[in-house]
Amino acid sequence: MEILRFAFFRLLSMLATLLLVSALIFFIINLPPGDYLSNQIAELRATGQAAGVANAEFLRQEYSLDKSLPHQYLVWMGLLPGSHGFSGILQGDFGWSFEFDQPVADVVGQAMWMTILVNLVALLFVYIVALPLGVLAAAKSRTWVDYSTSLVGYLGLATPNFLLALILFYYGHRLFDLPIGGLMAPEFEGEPMSFAKLKSVLLHLIIPTFVIGTAGAAAMMQRLRANMLDELHKPYVTTAEAKGLPARARLIKYPLRVALNPFVADIGNLIPSLVSGSVLVSVVLGLQTIGPALLAALKSQDQFLAGFVLLFVAALTLLGTVISDVLLMLLDPRIRYGARAGTNRS
Amino acid sequence: MSDQGQQHYVDDRPYDDSERLQHQIAEALENDAPGWILVWRRFRKHRVALVSGIFLLLCYLLLPFVGFIAPYSANERDAEHLYAPPQGISFFHEGQFIGPHVYPTTAKPDLENFRWHYQIHHDRPLKLEFFCPGSEHRFLGLIKTDKHLFCAPAEATVFLFGSDRLGRDVFSRILYGAQLSLTVGLIGIGISFVLGILFGSLAGYLGGKTDWVIQRVIEIIRSLPELPLWLALSAAIPAHWGPVAVFFIISIILGILDWPGLARAIRGKFLSLREEPYVQAAEMMGASRSRVIRKHMLPNFSSHLIASAMLSIPGMILGETALSFLGLGLRAPAVSWGVMLNDAQNLAAIEIYPWTAIPMLPIILVVLAFNFLGDGFRDALDPYSH
Repeated sequence: MEILRFAFFRLLSMLATLLLVSALIFFIINLPPGDYLSNQIAELRATGQAAGVANAEFLRQEYSLDKSLPHQYLVWMGLLPGSHGFSGILQGDFGWSFEFDQPVADVVGQAMWMTILVNLVALLFVYIVALPLGVLAAAKSRTWVDYSTSLVGYLGLATPNFLLALILFYYGHRLFDLPIGGLMAPEFEGEPMSFAKLKSVLLHLIIPTFVIGTAGAAAMMQRLRANMLDELHKPYVTTAEAKGLPARARLIKYPLRVALNPFVADIGNLIPSLVSGSVLVSVVLGLQTIGPALLAALKSQDQFLAGFVLLFVAALTLLGTVISDVLLMLLDPRIRYGARAGTNRS
Repeated sequence: MSDQGQQHYVDDRPYDDSERLQHQIAEALENDAPGWILVWRRFRKHRVALVSGIFLLLCYLLLPFVGFIAPYSANERDAEHLYAPPQGISFFHEGQFIGPHVYPTTAKPDLENFRWHYQIHHDRPLKLEFFCPGSEHRFLGLIKTDKHLFCAPAEATVFLFGSDRLGRDVFSRILYGAQLSLTVGLIGIGISFVLGILFGSLAGYLGGKTDWVIQRVIEIIRSLPELPLWLALSAAIPAHWGPVAVFFIISIILGILDWPGLARAIRGKFLSLREEPYVQAAEMMGASRSRVIRKHMLPNFSSHLIASAMLSIPGMILGETALSFLGLGLRAPAVSWGVMLNDAQNLAAIEIYPWTAIPMLPIILVVLAFNFLGDGFRDALDPYSH
């Protein structure tokens, strides 16, 4: 019950945050002078195409781009009615992408799910890799296992994502015949989900997952190793050793459970960096996530598309943070009681 | 086991404990040394961190001399040698030492695969020239000169790391690129520092509503993915701005999104230090607030600040690289490592002209070095770490 209440309030505060974020995003997007339509109108005027100008003027009115910025924001959010029935994001109308000449929802529709998929898989990858390696590195600290894992970890942190992507792509294709580019083989585009399509998607996901997850996994691994080492030096572990507890139990049963806590709490930091990485890697590898759409939209000031994508990305990360907070509360009873007693723990 | 034969060894010299005393004095001196010496002693033990520090120091010291070291200027084009592979400098010609020399190459177009083939004339060694006239540059940014450390002999080229799409020397461009790529992080961190210290100490010092508002702002900024925001912000840079303006704006953008982490750390330190007995003692003895902050609190977390700054510089260097790589950061006449990698953006480049991706090596080295240095510093600064 308490958990539900906590989750509910956490969600509420997330929505409030998201509202603030939307204003921030709107402000950033409107920083560059001019907008897509006025640029287009100027260009059409210069080339003397009157029909196009009228069309663009109509769109400008339709989406209230001729109004003041605060007004535009309210229309975009759906708090004020647009001129001709444009209802705004809160009512499920994401606006019109001028660049692609389609509704935003159609442009990013499938890409949204693909983004979620890519990020989820990357998150899983981070945990699957970081957990055993971090524990291993701590258990065998100051041996070659420790040194080689931390070397790989450091390299993962230091290599720019996009280059790693290109290099892995090249070698993955040459050595293991992994597919290049995209998230699925071209013949499956637009097909309904089937086993063959799933397989194709999974094969295509291997390298992007690796690239997006490496930096996060490296950081997570180092943190887990440090936490584990702290725990392993505590007297209770020595006691356990003196009493003859087998090495495995001495490692997993108590120290790991304590060291795992920050592991979950870290999702809040991990998700933003994963999403960042996935945007970059998607652009380089041509994945059909919202990354390429965002870049195109930002470059051509396609404001509804860019705004929606940014908002979506922000919502994704915020939601991830909420989930991690709730998980953490489920996992660690101390946090629940600690919060109630109002004690200040770091 | 009888006591009979037990004999104590007795030294007949008079008792002298000057040696012990000297040892004690030395130990006391050791521990009473100024803080920075203690830190330096601990830091010295981190071999990797030490090496990284020296490496970075060298890198930054070399920046003003880049124009002198590089054999070519950043945007000098050699239309005869497009996509030339890396050339080695040899010392021995047919088993005989004749000093550093290169072999001239000529390009032949391969019209089937649309690429260049380079033929090396092994029979014609041409000696490298030293302190020779080349393109003009400003030595130390002040004195106009055309002297270079070394340059290619008249009829040959010296492309240590090959040449790129336009026949520009990759090695020289890496050197020039270092000027921007290495400083963008420093400026960014400066901005992040000012903002972080300002807001962090405001929140920690004033508390209450200010604290609450700043905390929420920090949370919001930290919860957003950096790269899309960087992209959005740098998309706002007008296209007609010059390279210098773009460079400063980019570093400001990198700094603007970095301060929340720092501000949070400072706020936390402020809050915890306020409760420390020595701070309370200082307050009770009548020290003014500003003195307490300057003399007692600041020295205690300045070290922490330096370490965390070093650990966030690599993120900025990578950030600049990513932005330039995507075409939203520094732009063409400016040379940075990210701009150079923009050329290596496709698979064909990696496969056929792998040397265009060489700028990734300095990036990896510098980022690693900053990480090691920061780690070593953090450990050395923490008096409780040993």
